[in-house]
Amino acid sequence: MRVTTKLFATLRRGRFDIDTFDLPEGATVDDIITKLGIPENEVTLIFVNGRRADRATQLADGDSVALFPPVGGG
Amino acid sequence: MKELNDFLSKNAQGDLIPWQAQVQAAEELGLSLRDVEKAALTLNLLPARYQRNRQTISTADQLKLFESKVAVIGCGGLGGYIIEELSRLGVGTIKAVDPDVFEEHNLNRQVLCRVSNLGKSKARAAEVRVHEINPAVKVIPIKDAFSRYNGMKLLEDIHVVADALDNVPTRIDLARVCETLEIPLVHGTIGGWYGQVTTQWPGEGTIQKIYRDCAETQGVERTLGNPAFTPAVIASLEVAEICKALLDQGTSLRQRMLFINMLDMEIDEIQVC
Repeated sequence: MRVTTKLFATLRRGRFDIDTFDLPEGATVDDIITKLGIPENEVTLIFVNGRRADRATQLADGDSVALFPPVGGG
Repeated sequence: MKELNDFLSKNAQGDLIPWQAQVQAAEELGLSLRDVEKAALTLNLLPARYQRNRQTISTADQLKLFESKVAVIGCGGLGGYIIEELSRLGVGTIKAVDPDVFEEHNLNRQVLCRVSNLGKSKARAAEVRVHEINPAVKVIPIKDAFSRYNGMKLLEDIHVVADALDNVPTRIDLARVCETLEIPLVHGTIGGWYGQVTTQWPGEGTIQKIYRDCAETQGVERTLGNPAFTPAVIASLEVAEICKALLDQGTSLRQRMLFINMLDMEIDEIQVC
């Protein structure tokens, strides 16, 4: 299945802004994070098709995933 | 009071009260500038300093802002600009909460920080600065850290709270206290080229939703730091949200968050519900 992934802020560094790639059926958001080599604590906001999701969310063909890092400074 | 009202009516230029007249009224009648400002606004006269607020903020709304109490939690990068803008806007009471003193590494971005106040209290600096800009505004400086233990007391009687904190756990505590007290919380946070803004209204639990998967105390700012422009941008968006919440105008960032990327100049809106 084809899934589009959009990365935000620092997650883009050395990766991409937006990309579409093939994943095996039944893949989850966690599989994308692992595939991209993003350390566990660097993603805290996950959206699939604009709706809040989490690492365990199962993906379907045509889904769009957005990943954000945490921001906490003031 | 009649004496003051007569003085103001006599010295009004159109419906504006010049600063000089405000000062003279206070001196001659033994009142505070704050008393005079309130009396002027109540008479539907606008202190001339606010004349460029007009069309955006009516005199009746200016009185509403004058009677409003906003707590700014954190007086660093975000908090400094928020306090500066609230005082120029004419918000009558600002509670400025921060346990820290200024350090050299604050000079790159914290508008309240200057060479001459290094080592001095940030909360107290807020009071000094506001007094220079708008002496009719009352600042209540609190040199203490916000916590779940003192939060209820600190936010008593506050209409809107500004989140200008620098860490995630205290922010979650602040959001919980605001939920309990049913106070709107305008959230802003920054890191490097990036920032985010939203407003948590009572019962919506927005901040906890945003940070529910964040086990860390800090975010990207830990490695990126914060340059001069990011706090200014995010603080200004927060103040716009505060102003609207106080005046019940416009459309709030309710259950949606702006994520701002100043490196690529992108603004994304995220649904938080």
